[in-house]
Amino acid sequence: MRTLKFLLQKEFRQIFRDKANVRMIFMMPVIQLLILPWAADYEIKNIKLSVADHDHSTYSRQLVSKITSSGYFQLTGYKDSYEKSLEQIEDDEADIILEIPASFEKTLIKENEAKLFVASNAINGVKGSLGSAYLRSILQDFNREVRLEWIQMPKFNPQTQIEVTSSNWFNPSMNYKFFMVPGMLVLLLTMVGTNLTAINIVKEKEIGTIEQINVTPVKKYHFIIGKLIPFWVLGLIAMTMGLIIAFVIYGILPLGSYLTIYGFAAVYLLAVLGLGLLISTFVSTQQQAMLISFFIMMIFVLLSGLYTSIDSMPVWAQWITRFNPVTYFIEVMRMVVLKGSTFADIKIHLLKITGFAVALNGLAILSYRKRS
Amino acid sequence: MSNDIIISATKLTKRFGHFTAVDEITFDVHKGEIFGFLGANGAGKTTAMRMLCGLSMPTSGKASVAGFDVYKHNEDIKKNIGYMSQKFSLYEDLTVRENMQLYGGIYGKSKAFIKDKTQEIVDQLHLGNEADKLVKSLPLGWKQKLAFSVAIFHEPGIVFLDEPTGGVDPVTRREFWNMIYEAADKGITVFVTTHYMDEAEYCSRVSIMVDGKIEAMDTPAELRKRYNAPSMDEVFLKLARKATRSE
Repeated sequence: MRTLKFLLQKEFRQIFRDKANVRMIFMMPVIQLLILPWAADYEIKNIKLSVADHDHSTYSRQLVSKITSSGYFQLTGYKDSYEKSLEQIEDDEADIILEIPASFEKTLIKENEAKLFVASNAINGVKGSLGSAYLRSILQDFNREVRLEWIQMPKFNPQTQIEVTSSNWFNPSMNYKFFMVPGMLVLLLTMVGTNLTAINIVKEKEIGTIEQINVTPVKKYHFIIGKLIPFWVLGLIAMTMGLIIAFVIYGILPLGSYLTIYGFAAVYLLAVLGLGLLISTFVSTQQQAMLISFFIMMIFVLLSGLYTSIDSMPVWAQWITRFNPVTYFIEVMRMVVLKGSTFADIKIHLLKITGFAVALNGLAILSYRKRS
Repeated sequence: MSNDIIISATKLTKRFGHFTAVDEITFDVHKGEIFGFLGANGAGKTTAMRMLCGLSMPTSGKASVAGFDVYKHNEDIKKNIGYMSQKFSLYEDLTVRENMQLYGGIYGKSKAFIKDKTQEIVDQLHLGNEADKLVKSLPLGWKQKLAFSVAIFHEPGIVFLDEPTGGVDPVTRREFWNMIYEAADKGITVFVTTHYMDEAEYCSRVSIMVDGKIEAMDTPAELRKRYNAPSMDEVFLKLARKATRSE
């Protein structure tokens, strides 16, 4: 125990003496949480719309102004032929074309129906399909208004209509940030935990101080625990800062308790620190450590369900996500923050992450050698 | 004589793949000796020393340090030795005092012991004004002397020094050797590698390693006589010229 005390004292002194370290630990989460959630947003805005208007009537103009006033579209061209609009798409000046035929207003009034044509650039599939979906719903809206204005509705609607009302549970305003911020917090914690531990130990390898420690009677587990505890504490500090930002900037207050979050984070951190430790036992330079943890981080991020839904991944990819500790913490974060889940609800997750912690640290201890 | 043998190696060998870094070396070191382990760069000195310190696993052969077997009881060896590696390996981002506190602590020394010993070393090295400065701010010569003091901070029976005076000016080297003598006077056995032949003259006994093998081993005076050379430098040149291995 006494040995551990001396090792911890040394570690904390070194960490707080290194200004770059302190900046990385405290500034990185703050800056990322302040910037990223505003940018990483699924809602498609600023869709560039090019209108090919052959009609130039009151209605066509009303329609266009309705579309642009929705806030989702940006009118980048108002042309008189489809070809000209298409050119805009080719030049990437437009994402979507709305073609209004020459006799739009006339046919609409005379025959009670008119046809419009929508073409979208599907290079970015999400933007293309969401863009035309938004446009379609605006058109339907417009259609209803026209009908109200012009056609005397019968007292009893002869056609049966199903009206759908929906209510959004857990995130009633469908605020995207409520979904993203808790997830990003997990990523930051993962990066701080894995990178810092790996780099810290490899740095001792590079300088040669680890050899000086290896020639002392310090036990393997003393050394490892001496490395884990400081970064575990730092991880929890970084998370606290993240939670404060989530509340102050985004107004996110978990429905569940902070205790559940910290409880899970405590075990989770052990798992990612173990990963950092494991990386450090296999590499000999800081550069290698950086590259490997960067590579692992990419996989962790893309296969964690942070940005894309795991349920819509192919089955094999879903399997991989089960071996990704990040997945579990993101789920837990969202459950606790948005649904108010308690320890009882996340016990399976907790059990699995404990498994990760034991396995990763076990492997790290097995592969750490005082003697080569 | 045999009961005061403190380091003993018999046909100790280390291979890395097909490369035999240390080839069946056999030697004994007696208690209180200053044993010089000489050899050109790449002769296998460091590897041999690392095996004795329990940092490297021997491929074959036998060895014991302070009565403990290097295979089975390498952790017991570590309690009884001090080690100063070729690379400067104190924590540069800790102060002089903090480094001593750390190493005293992990060898299980008491608070009072650490305090007294720290003061003793600070006085001895005239580090009064630097004791609370970061080690990285010290000049190299002081760093080396400090590293040696830290290596014997816990008062081990044996200290292993791997080219301790590399890159250090002649005055500091002289002072460094005075420190080695003081340690030897206190009964600490010194196992030192070097390729400065003037330093070899200071040793009680030396061994000269060429291409992983020990080519000669005796007192400096005896070796000079045997090879009919005026200085250890000449002895070394005569032996080391046979080397086929380069760095």
